[in-house]
Amino acid sequence: MTAVLEKKPVQVAPKEPRRWKGAALFAAVAVVALVVMPLVLEPFRLGLLAKYLCYAIVALGIGLAWGQGGMLTLGQGVFFGLGGYAMGMYLKLNDAGGDLPDFMVWSGVEQLPALWAPFRNPVLALAMVVLVPLVVAALLGTLVFRQRVRGAYFAILTQALAAAMVILLVGQQGLTGGTNGLTNFFDFFGNDISAESTQRGLYLTVAIVLGVLYLAAWQLVRSRFGRLLLAVRDGEDRVRFLGYNPATVKTITFTISAVMAGIAGALFVPVVGIISPALLGVVPSLELVVAVAVGGRFALAGAVLGAVVMGYAKTYFSEELPDAWLYLQGALFILVMTLAPKGIVGVAGALRDRFRKEAAA
Amino acid sequence: MEGFLNQLPIGLSIGAVLLLIALGLTFTFGQMGVINMAHGEFIMAGAYTAFLLQDWAGRSAVLVALPVAFVVAGLMGLLLERSVVRFFYGRPLDTLLLTWGVSLVLQQLARDLFGAPNVQVLSPEWLQGAVGPLPYNRLFIMVLAVGSVVAIWAYMNRSAQGRRMQAVMQNRQLAATSGINTGRVDQRTFFIGSGLAGIAGVGLTLIGPVGPTLGTYYIVDAFLVVVAGGLGQLRGAVIAAVALGLLNSYAEFWTNASLAKVIVFAVIIAFLQFRPQGLFVLRSRALT
Repeated sequence: MTAVLEKKPVQVAPKEPRRWKGAALFAAVAVVALVVMPLVLEPFRLGLLAKYLCYAIVALGIGLAWGQGGMLTLGQGVFFGLGGYAMGMYLKLNDAGGDLPDFMVWSGVEQLPALWAPFRNPVLALAMVVLVPLVVAALLGTLVFRQRVRGAYFAILTQALAAAMVILLVGQQGLTGGTNGLTNFFDFFGNDISAESTQRGLYLTVAIVLGVLYLAAWQLVRSRFGRLLLAVRDGEDRVRFLGYNPATVKTITFTISAVMAGIAGALFVPVVGIISPALLGVVPSLELVVAVAVGGRFALAGAVLGAVVMGYAKTYFSEELPDAWLYLQGALFILVMTLAPKGIVGVAGALRDRFRKEAAA
Repeated sequence: MEGFLNQLPIGLSIGAVLLLIALGLTFTFGQMGVINMAHGEFIMAGAYTAFLLQDWAGRSAVLVALPVAFVVAGLMGLLLERSVVRFFYGRPLDTLLLTWGVSLVLQQLARDLFGAPNVQVLSPEWLQGAVGPLPYNRLFIMVLAVGSVVAIWAYMNRSAQGRRMQAVMQNRQLAATSGINTGRVDQRTFFIGSGLAGIAGVGLTLIGPVGPTLGTYYIVDAFLVVVAGGLGQLRGAVIAAVALGLLNSYAEFWTNASLAKVIVFAVIIAFLQFRPQGLFVLRSRALT
C-alpha cells in the first residue's frame, strides 16, 4: 500500500513540465515560421516552404485519420484536389472577367458550364473549398464504415477513388483543363498573385492556418472524442460493445481530415500557381502517407515534420541526383517501415529516453 | 449491337488479366494479410521477360516466356517475402507502404535496365486472326486465365500442399499446431501468386506495349477485384474479375473512358452495402 502511495507522485510529476515543454516548443516553432523564415529565406525558398506547409496540412489530416484513428487513407489527394480546383475555378473566372477561361476557349467550349457558375462568387467558392470535401468524405465514410468495411479494404477503396478522380479530371478537358489542370493565374483577391508581397502574405496565411488547425487537432486528440478515436483504432469491436458507434467516430474523423486536405489544396493553388491531376493522384497521395510515416504517425507533430522533411528531401534530391531519387525514396520507406515504424519522432523519443537513463545512472 | 458484341472480348480479356493478377493478391492477402503493392512490378517483370526472350525465340517468345516468366516473377516474390515481408506479418497496412517502396525501386530499376520508353513484343503470327468479333490474342489471354484457374483449383483441392495452404488460410494457429510448417506454406503461396502475375505480364504483351509503369495500370483494379470477390476466395475472384472487366469496358463504351472508372467505383461501393466482405466470405468464429 505504501509502495503505491509513494509511486504515484513520481508518475504524475514529470507530466506537468512536459505539457509546458510542448507549448514552449510550439511557440518556438511558430516564431521561427512566422518571423525568422520570412526574413532569412529568399522569395523562391519561402515559396517552397509555403508549398511544404500546404502538404503538412494534408499530413496533419492523415496523422489524425491514420495515426490516431487507424484509417489508412490513400486518397487524400482527392480532397486536396477538390479544394484546389474550387479555388482554381474561382481564380480562373476572376481573371477572365466576364469571358470564358482561356483553356475553355482552346477546347472549344462556348458557354460557361453550369458546374462553374457558383464559383464566380468568391464567398461561395471559399465555402465550396470546405463543403465539397466535407460532403464527399462524409458520404463515402458513412457508406463504408457503416458496413464495417475497414483496414486494408478502406485503404484500397480510397486508392481506387484517387485513381478514378485523376482519370475523370484528365478526361473532362473542357471542364477541368485536362492534364494541364488549371494554371496561369494573375489576380488573387485584388493582388498580383506573383508579387513578392502577395507570396509573402500567402506564406504567412498558410503557416497560420497550419498552426490553428494543428492546435484544433491537438485539442481534438486530447478530448473525450480523441480517446474514443484511439479506442476505436485499437479495439473497434470493444468500443461497439461499450455502446458507442465506431462508424460515427470514424466518419467524423475521416471528414475532418478530408476538410483539412481541401483547405490545403485551396491554399496550394495561389502559392504554387497550378492545380493539375498529376498533383492529386495515387502517387502523390501515397507520398504524403509515407511522409507521415517517416515523421512519426502516432504524433501529430510527426506528421507535420514528416511532410516538411520529405518535401525538402524530394526537392533537394531531384535537383541534385534526379536518377537516384526514386531508389532513395524506396529505400527510405523500406528502412523506416522495418527499423523505425514510429518514424523520426519515435527515434527521437527513444534517444531521449536513453539519454535520460544514462544521465540518471 | 455490333459495338456491343465487339466490346465483349475486350471486357472478357481485361477480366482475364485482372483475374490472373488478383489471384496472387487475394491469396497473399487472405492467407498472410500482406497487401503487396509490388505485385504490379511482377507483372512488369513477366512482360519484360517476354521482351528479352524475343531475341532468342523470335515471334514465339510468348509461349517460351510463359513458364520462364512464372519462375522469374515467382522468385522475385519469394525474395521479397524472405527478405522483408515476413517481418511484417500481422501488420497489413504497413506491408502496403513497405511494398510500395519496393515497387518504386523496381520501377526505377526497370527504367535503368530497359530505358524509360515503352518496348514492343511482337505477337506470334498464329495469333493474328480472329473468330468473328473475338481476336485470337484476346482469346489466348482468356485461355491462359482459364488454364491458371483450373490449375490453381486442382492444386488447392487435389494436392497435399494445396490443402495445407487452405488450412493455413482458414486458421493459422490450428494449422501450425497440427504440424504444418506455416512458413513454408507462406513461401509457396507467395511464389505461386507472384508467378501468376508474371504470366499476366506475358499476356499483356499481346494487347499493348511494355513499360516500367505497366503494373501500376492494373494494380488498383486488381485490388478492387480482391475486395469485391472476398479474401482468399477463388470463386469470388473469378466472378469479380470477369464482372469488373465487363463493367469497365461497357461503362467506357456507353459513357466515356473518363466516367467509366467513377462508375466502377460507385458500383463497388454500392455492392459493398450488400456484401461488405465481398462475394464469398471465409466462415470463421474469429471476431475480426
